[in-house]
Amino acid sequence: MKKLCEDCNEREAVIHLTQIIDNKKKVLNLCSRCAEKRGFHNPLKNVPFPLGDFLASMVVKAYPEGLDEDVQLTCSGCGLKFREFAQTGRVGCGKCYEAFRDQIDDLLRKVHGSNRHTGKLPSGSSEKMEPLKKQRRLQDELRQAVETEDFEHAAEIRDRIKELTADEH
Amino acid sequence: MFEQYVEKPARWLEADGAEAAVVVSSRVRLARNIAGHQYPDRADSDVHCRVKEFIQEALNSSGLLDEGTLYESETVSELDRSFLIERHLVSPEFMRAKTNRAIYISKDESVSIMINEEDHLRIQSFRSGLEIKSAMENAEKIDSELGEKLEYDYTNDFGFLTSCPTNIGTGLRASALIHLPGLVLTNEIDAVISQITKLGLAVRGFYGEGTDVLGNLFQISNQTTLGRNEEDIIGSLEEVSRQLIGHEDNARTTLIRDAGEEIKDKIWRAYGILKHARVLSSDEAMNLLSAVRLGVAMGILDMLPMRLVNEIMLLIQPAHLQKLINEQLSPSERDSKRAKLVRHKFADRTLE
Ligand SMILES: [Zn+2]
Ligand SMILES: [Zn+2]
Repeated sequence: MKKLCEDCNEREAVIHLTQIIDNKKKVLNLCSRCAEKRGFHNPLKNVPFPLGDFLASMVVKAYPEGLDEDVQLTCSGCGLKFREFAQTGRVGCGKCYEAFRDQIDDLLRKVHGSNRHTGKLPSGSSEKMEPLKKQRRLQDELRQAVETEDFEHAAEIRDRIKELTADEH
Repeated sequence: MFEQYVEKPARWLEADGAEAAVVVSSRVRLARNIAGHQYPDRADSDVHCRVKEFIQEALNSSGLLDEGTLYESETVSELDRSFLIERHLVSPEFMRAKTNRAIYISKDESVSIMINEEDHLRIQSFRSGLEIKSAMENAEKIDSELGEKLEYDYTNDFGFLTSCPTNIGTGLRASALIHLPGLVLTNEIDAVISQITKLGLAVRGFYGEGTDVLGNLFQISNQTTLGRNEEDIIGSLEEVSRQLIGHEDNARTTLIRDAGEEIKDKIWRAYGILKHARVLSSDEAMNLLSAVRLGVAMGILDMLPMRLVNEIMLLIQPAHLQKLINEQLSPSERDSKRAKLVRHKFADRTLE
């Protein structure tokens, strides 16, 4: 007997999630569309692997005239060429992320479904860390202001972030 | 080397954590790099040595060196490398290059830190059973202590920078090693695995890299490390693990209900073979041990402690066997020594 999706009661349930709620097991039967709505989707679905192939195909797309002459991007920190990165899928140093930023930004979005860190900061309290911590606090505040649709406050925070990045340079 | 570890099972096999009937162990790994230094694959040996010294100093001043030992890769023999891989203390990748690397191992083996693997620093924390949160707390504590001394490569946009962009952000890879014989026997495992991968998690076999499934042991871990915070990543892995445990429990109940005699027979036969066999390949032993483990979890072989079954699963691995016997073995000698070891381990237990 086919079960119907518990959310829409229309389509056939193909995903059966066993959940533990208050120590009681509950099975949630969903169709794939409703499962996706609830956030059970796979951001990696369309990412070809291995990563190396994926990167190489990106390079070819971005520079169709031919690799050797056009991919001139080189990291000033370690001398790694973007072409080498595309072959191995490994950067040579932290500065590579700046040097290849546009390309990597796109890659990160495809691999992780996001290109922004929201996890913890380093514990260190070096001089370099302090402005980073401050900026991060403001970014978190900004995200919250946008979420609660407090746009006036959001604009304020945006200005403060701008000031902070201006100080850096 | 490592003789002190050979005789006792790794801490993560103790079977004293939550859900130990299904979940063997939990592991958390944090990848970190030191700012202003080329990453291990790109760096020359001067940089490797400098990085190693920095980290050694940080380990020392944080007191971690009092609680464990730092081994230079040059001093670790081929056999000992395999031994450490079998105990999950290092990755196969870590052991590929022989020089300028080091491994820190805490006395109780709940922590290992790889220096100059793919990243400068990889902090690993282990727990028995489904204890991902507690493994994470331990890893974070060490990360914070070391982070006070070391300046990590970090930006607000990309988080912790790593050699491979697939680890960037939190640098966090959390995993649970789960025993799923019920789902394998009821043929539901493929559907369950495809469901897990749809949730953005990766499924691997016992020894991480390869896809070989040994003894119905599956390792599930998060795929993405950027855009979600640590609690989120840990939380969803834990949730999916609990769903898996639910599926596995259902499968075990179904098996007992619909094929009780056959299952009991399968389990008792496996135990019988392990107790009496004279030659055992590693694959055969793992499959039989999987059945015995299921028997212990379902109370069918209730005279056997789970810890013993977990322990034997590790001891029969080639490098462990070789170190236990303490002599060079050909593959066929190995199979008969393996059978002997298993017989002794089970015989001891039934006499007690
Ligand atoms: Zn639906
Ligand atoms: Zn670089």
